[in-house]
Amino acid sequence: MNYLKTSALLFAIAVLLSAAKPTGYGVGDAVADFKLKNVDGKMVSLADFKSAKGAIIIFDCNTCPYSKAYNDRILALAKKYEKTYPVIAINSNSPEVSPGDSFDEMVKYAKAKGYTFPYLFDETQEVAKNYGATNTPHVYVLNKSGKDFKVAYIGAIDNNSRDAAAADKKYVEDAVDALIAGKTVPTEKTKAIGCTIKWKPA
Amino acid sequence: MKKLFLSVLFLAPSFLVKAQVPVVKWDALNILINQKHGPVQVINFWATWCGPCIKELPQFEAVHLNDNAVKVTLVSLDYADKVDKVESFLSRKNMKSSVILLDEIDYNSWIDKVDSSWEGAIPATLVYNPQTGKRIFVQHELKEGELEKLIATVK
Repeated sequence: MNYLKTSALLFAIAVLLSAAKPTGYGVGDAVADFKLKNVDGKMVSLADFKSAKGAIIIFDCNTCPYSKAYNDRILALAKKYEKTYPVIAINSNSPEVSPGDSFDEMVKYAKAKGYTFPYLFDETQEVAKNYGATNTPHVYVLNKSGKDFKVAYIGAIDNNSRDAAAADKKYVEDAVDALIAGKTVPTEKTKAIGCTIKWKPA
Repeated sequence: MKKLFLSVLFLAPSFLVKAQVPVVKWDALNILINQKHGPVQVINFWATWCGPCIKELPQFEAVHLNDNAVKVTLVSLDYADKVDKVESFLSRKNMKSSVILLDEIDYNSWIDKVDSSWEGAIPATLVYNPQTGKRIFVQHELKEGELEKLIATVK
């Protein structure tokens, strides 16, 4: 009976835990490094970017209309901050749920779009879970402090997904420019509007 | 006269089947989500490009058709210049629920006002009872039967 009670209690706790929202990293947190396969077949880690001042991590995918709308802007960010805050895109979508986001499709997509930056496959979805990423595109600007990469900004790229020219708040650029200038990041957190990350069926 | 009659006959079917979707701003949504009187409100945020949203639409349509004590509004977050696409979609699916398109591209200026827990992805659904003030906000695809349960909870 006690055993039953205990297991019922444990079950209830497990349900509560699984129902709790993934919290992930907040601004100021140091992130754990990852090792993920790039579209060129090589493994990529944050530690590989030795001369960078930080990184722009973008949870992204091939299929989301918002990701498509932001594609050119992501390419532009990668070009602008190549030497300082390189863009690292990560696809965490489960190909089981979203077949257009398989590794093979990522390779094709990166080639077609002329990606100049790593586009990594988070097959276990662990990286997205660690970060607390929920949407695509979902940006984490990281700032290097010593050996650590610390979160400096979380959220959207800017405030107009439809029209880059009409965006009057460029959250990511403003954050990175502030970091480069040694100033405080003006907006540290926004909500990343977009598609949900397609989690593997439980 | 006969000619006019004929042309009306000719045009009528296309008028009848084409859905009309008003394009609205935040003010209109703000009123919709803060009613103080009237029936239970079900407000679903969706878009024609969102697969999980489309999958759950029949649940909202069923409530609209079968439960007179509930007012269903489907808020499309398609881009305003794609309102035609939304209208054709609704006509094709023969949907009768009330649909508006929210033209507010600066999402961070308003989504917290719908619910502070909203991460910004769709589908998302707000169910509230204007008379008791009970509100529930969910941001996932509703399972079969889940909508009825949400409505029962606020009733």
